[in-house]
Amino acid sequence: MVILKSVMLKLLEKLGYESLYLLEVTGRMGIFLFSCLGRVLAPPYKLNPIIRQIHFIGSRSVFVILFTGTFTGMVLALQGYYTLRKFGSEGLLGSAVALSLLRELGPVLTALMVIGRAGSAITAEVGIMRNSEQIDALECMAIDPYKYLIAPKFVAGLIAMPLLTFIFDVVGIFGGWAVGVGLLDINQGTFFQSMYKAVAWQDINMGIIKALIFGLLMIWICSVKGYFLHLDRSGGFGAEGVSRTTTSAVVLSSVSILVWDYLISAIML
Amino acid sequence: MDSEIVIELINVEKSFGSQKVLDRVNLQVRRGTTLVIVGASGQGKSVILKHMLGLVRPDAGQVKVFDKDIANCSKSELKEVRKSFGVLFQNVALFDSMTVYDNIALPLRERTHLSEAEIRANVEEKLAMMDLDKAGNKFPAQISGGMQKRVGLARALVLDPSIVFFDEPTTGLDVNKSNEIYRLFYKTQAQLGYTAVIVSHDVPKIFKLSDHVALLANKQIQGCLTPEEFQLSDNPHIRSFVETTMGPIYSSEREESSFYEKV
Repeated sequence: MVILKSVMLKLLEKLGYESLYLLEVTGRMGIFLFSCLGRVLAPPYKLNPIIRQIHFIGSRSVFVILFTGTFTGMVLALQGYYTLRKFGSEGLLGSAVALSLLRELGPVLTALMVIGRAGSAITAEVGIMRNSEQIDALECMAIDPYKYLIAPKFVAGLIAMPLLTFIFDVVGIFGGWAVGVGLLDINQGTFFQSMYKAVAWQDINMGIIKALIFGLLMIWICSVKGYFLHLDRSGGFGAEGVSRTTTSAVVLSSVSILVWDYLISAIML
Repeated sequence: MDSEIVIELINVEKSFGSQKVLDRVNLQVRRGTTLVIVGASGQGKSVILKHMLGLVRPDAGQVKVFDKDIANCSKSELKEVRKSFGVLFQNVALFDSMTVYDNIALPLRERTHLSEAEIRANVEEKLAMMDLDKAGNKFPAQISGGMQKRVGLARALVLDPSIVFFDEPTTGLDVNKSNEIYRLFYKTQAQLGYTAVIVSHDVPKIFKLSDHVALLANKQIQGCLTPEEFQLSDNPHIRSFVETTMGPIYSSEREESSFYEKV
C-alpha cells in the first residue's frame, strides 16, 4: 500500500512537472512571437537587414525550389495520368496537377524545403549567438536583439515564403505539362483548358494563406528554439546542444506545418 | 570627499536551483573609480557582474545603477540604463560573422544617427587607439586572442560609456598581452574617465589599477577596501586569499620574535 502510494505520488509529481514545463515553454514561445511581431511594426524601419534575410531565406532557396517543384509536377502528372486513365479522364490531368500544387503540395513542400535549408540555419545561427554570449552582448549594448536579430527574419519569411511557393507552383505546372503533354501525349489545349476551368481564385488564395502561415511558423519555431537554447531542459550547451536544438526545431516546425496544413484546408474547403 | 555612488548592490541573493551563489551581497561602486572583484573560481564573481548588467535578476535584494533599481524595472528602463554601459566579456563575444570594423561600428549604427563617414572616422580612431589599424577587414576568427580582446575593448568604448565592465579581461593571455590590455585600460580610463568594474583573478597585478578591491568568498563580499587595506586586512577570508595568491607578505611572530618583543 505504501509502495503504491509512493508510486502514485511520484507519477503525480512527474505529471505536474511536465505540465508546468509545457506551460513555461508555451508561454515563452507566445511572448517571443508577440514581442517579435511588435518589433516588426515598431520604428525604426531598416531595409538592409530585411533584404539580407530575403536573400538568405528566399533567393538562396530558389534553386532547390526549382528542382523540387519541377520533379513534383512531373511525378504528379505521371501518377495522375495512370490513375485518371482508369476512368478515361486523362483530359483532367491539367486540373489535377494544378489543384494539387496550388492547394497542397506547393505551400507544404516549399515550406519543408525552406525549413531544411534556411530554418535549420536560423536555429544554428541564433543558438550559437546565444551560446557565445553574442545576444547578451547585444542586450548590454542596449541593442534590442528582437528588433535587430529576429524581426528582419520574420519580415523576410513572410515575404519569401509566398514568392517561393509561387515559383514552386509555376515550375511544378510546367513539369506536369512536360510529362503530360511531352511524354504522355495529352493534348496541350485540353491540359491547359481543364486547368483554366478547375482553378478558382479561392485555390490560389488558400495557397497564399498557407504560405504566409507556414513562413511565420518556420521563422517563429526556428528562431525561438535558438534564442532560448540556454533554457532547454535537455541542456543546450556547446556544439551538441546546438545540433540537438537544430534537429528539434526542424522536426517541430515540419510537424507543425503538416498539422496546420490540415487545419487550414479543413477551414477553407 | 567620496564621489557619487553609481552602482549599489543591496542584500542581493541568488540561487541556481538548490545551490545558493550569493547571500546578502552588498557592494558600492563610486563614479570614476575602478573596483576589482576578486575571488576563487566558481565563487560567483561573474554572477555579480551579470546582476550589475541586468542579465540576471536577483532572488532578493536591489541592484541600483544611477539610483534606478534594475532588478525591478521594466525592459525599456533597463535599456535606458544600459546606454551608459560598455562591456568586455570573458570570451569577448564578438559577432563572429562580422569583420572587426563592423563589430566596432555596430553600436554606432544601431544606437546613433551618425552618417557612415562619421562612423568610419570614429571606428578608425578606436582602431588606432587599440593598435588595430590593419585588422579592420579581418574576421574575429582570423585574429589572435589578444587582438580579439582589444577589439572587444574598442567596441565597449565606442559610445564613450560612463561605466565599463570587464569580465576576466586577461584570461588566456600571456604576460605581454595581459600587460598590453592593462596599458590600454589605464590609457583609455585616463582619457574617457569612465567608472570600471573588473572581475579578475590576476592578483596582485590587477591591484595596481584598482581603487577598491572586493573579495567574494563564502557567498558574500568580504570587505571592499583599497588595495593597501586589502593586503593588510584581518578578515580571515581576505588574509587567506592574499596568502594563497601572493604568498605570506608579513613574517610570523615565530620567525621574527625579536621584532615582536620590541613591539
